[in-house]
Amino acid sequence: MKIAPDRLREMLRLMYRIRAFECRARQLFEENRLRGSFMGALHSYEGEEAVAVGACVALRSDDYILSTHRGHGHCIAKGVDVRFMMAELLGKETGISKGRGGSMHMFNPALGLLGGNGIVGGGIPLALGPAFSAQYRHTDQVTVCFFGDGAACQGNFHESLNLASVWKLPVVYICENNQYAVTTPAHESIAVANVADRAAGYGCPGEVVDGGDVLAVYTAVTKAVQRARESAGPTLLECKTYRYQAHCMVIPDRRDPEELARWREEHDPIYHFEQYLLDRHIMDEAQQSELNEQVHETVEEAVTFAEASPLPNPNTVVEHLWAED
Amino acid sequence: MREASYVKALNEALIEEMARDESVFLIGEDLVELGGGSGATKGLAERFGAHRVRQTPLSEAAFVGLAVGAAMTGLRPVVEIMYVDFVTVCMDQIINQAAKLRYMSGGQFTIPLVIRSQGGGGTSEAAQHSQSPEAWFAHTPGLKVVMPATAADAKGLLKSAIRDDNPVVFLEHKLLYATKGEVPKGEYLIPLGQAEVKRPGHDVTLVATSLMVHKSLAAAETIADEISVEVIDPRTLVPLDIDCINASVRKTGRLLVVQEACTRGGFGSEIVRRVTEECFDSLRSAPKVLGGANLPMPFSHPLETACIPQEETIIEAISSLLAPP
Repeated sequence: MKIAPDRLREMLRLMYRIRAFECRARQLFEENRLRGSFMGALHSYEGEEAVAVGACVALRSDDYILSTHRGHGHCIAKGVDVRFMMAELLGKETGISKGRGGSMHMFNPALGLLGGNGIVGGGIPLALGPAFSAQYRHTDQVTVCFFGDGAACQGNFHESLNLASVWKLPVVYICENNQYAVTTPAHESIAVANVADRAAGYGCPGEVVDGGDVLAVYTAVTKAVQRARESAGPTLLECKTYRYQAHCMVIPDRRDPEELARWREEHDPIYHFEQYLLDRHIMDEAQQSELNEQVHETVEEAVTFAEASPLPNPNTVVEHLWAED
Repeated sequence: MREASYVKALNEALIEEMARDESVFLIGEDLVELGGGSGATKGLAERFGAHRVRQTPLSEAAFVGLAVGAAMTGLRPVVEIMYVDFVTVCMDQIINQAAKLRYMSGGQFTIPLVIRSQGGGGTSEAAQHSQSPEAWFAHTPGLKVVMPATAADAKGLLKSAIRDDNPVVFLEHKLLYATKGEVPKGEYLIPLGQAEVKRPGHDVTLVATSLMVHKSLAAAETIADEISVEVIDPRTLVPLDIDCINASVRKTGRLLVVQEACTRGGFGSEIVRRVTEECFDSLRSAPKVLGGANLPMPFSHPLETACIPQEETIIEAISSLLAPP
């Protein structure tokens, strides 16, 4: 698949931005914890960047996505301003959800971001909605639903894939199989070799994708999106990936350190893609460091913005519950 | 004005709102041929097309999730859950998604969603088809809860619920569908949050919901020569028209709440709490809740009858409020 050089460099920029955002967020979490203040449960997307970026770059800005509890990467890849994300992590009034949502609940209707979800698998039925809505309104918008290997074991998965397929809804289900549901390995939870194999039970295409290869993800999602836009129905993609951090900041990591080192050294999605761009002279080293610097500046600006922002006024706590408020 | 049944009134409300607003669609089980569990959607697929009356697989979590997502993206879904007992299999989508997404997003989404269902016992369908679980919903911030007792209220409240920009749980009673009453033709709206004095009186304030309104009116009529009972139907539990109830209690000094739901932890306790806090000085006797037995609804008719407040037990409860201490 031919992709314009600008677009390829943009994909790398987004992957850098996710990695930099997540590293900085972890730092802030630790600093805050030492001061005795908590930022909730932070679920790092480090290591999985190629999935969100490969998928979201294949979408239009008016397409919808449903994110997860591990959702910062999806938000950044869909184009959310990291200043408002960082402010939300710190519980500030300027946060993307005005301090009502936190890390797991970031929304942006203008970008089609219908939110992360604190309920594992909670977004899988919700994703049918925007897909149905597009079909009902006769637009050709597509919905992408991200979920993990853990969510693939929820009953909602079965009901939703079946309904999506029966009604040929324009939705692409993307399983981010990062190998562990909290601490439980996927092979202890899933009876078949691949989540994608289950597509056969729903009469829709299923494909296993290298989740560390942003171009492989982009290619697979582009094809699935095309199918959805043409009213041919859903696709189930399974991106095999790996998270570099424990499930969240407050849970100890008991995974085999050698396994983690192997993924980091041999399958790092960012390193892999940097080499690809350098080898093909799509990017030189000067451009690479410029990209990197820009991203770090953006993230630092976000931290400055977030820290300088006011906390919400407790008198406003009842606001935003009812539509008429 | 002419007479119509409760189910016909619901049908009329749906027809009028679907004709008025193309974004209104119906979704649920067996809606087309059967007209849903009650017959309320009969003839609507022929009239408005199958694309607006969506008959689903038996997948409540999927289709309630679909409705929530559709509401977030510009449609106004009216969901039918065939029996309210089945909400347990889609409770996550109602409690964690529909009720919370607006608040968690800092008010970025509105969720104009109606979930219609039928509750109540009296038809020997046993414990999984006879519950009155309104307290589950009323307990959850972000949901409005409506319980119409008459045909006219069914029409006026359903039309308002469909136009409301918030998630509304609309609980019908299976024994009320065939009941008849005067129903205004054409446009007729009852605002959510407006109680009605169904019978004026001055000795006792009796607050009743759903089918219990009719049993309470019968009881009030039977003892009218001895005790003057004011019967109030709040019609919506959230928002609750506590002013109407308080005004009555300030006049009578006595409060009895009659509900079909199990007494323990029920909504009746909430009404007693509000009245006790807000007009304690007006009370001349301890307020009382007469509710269903704290049991799963039994199958056999005499056992079932023993679990539900009846005219005689309501009269006993009224009399006990006036008995000398």
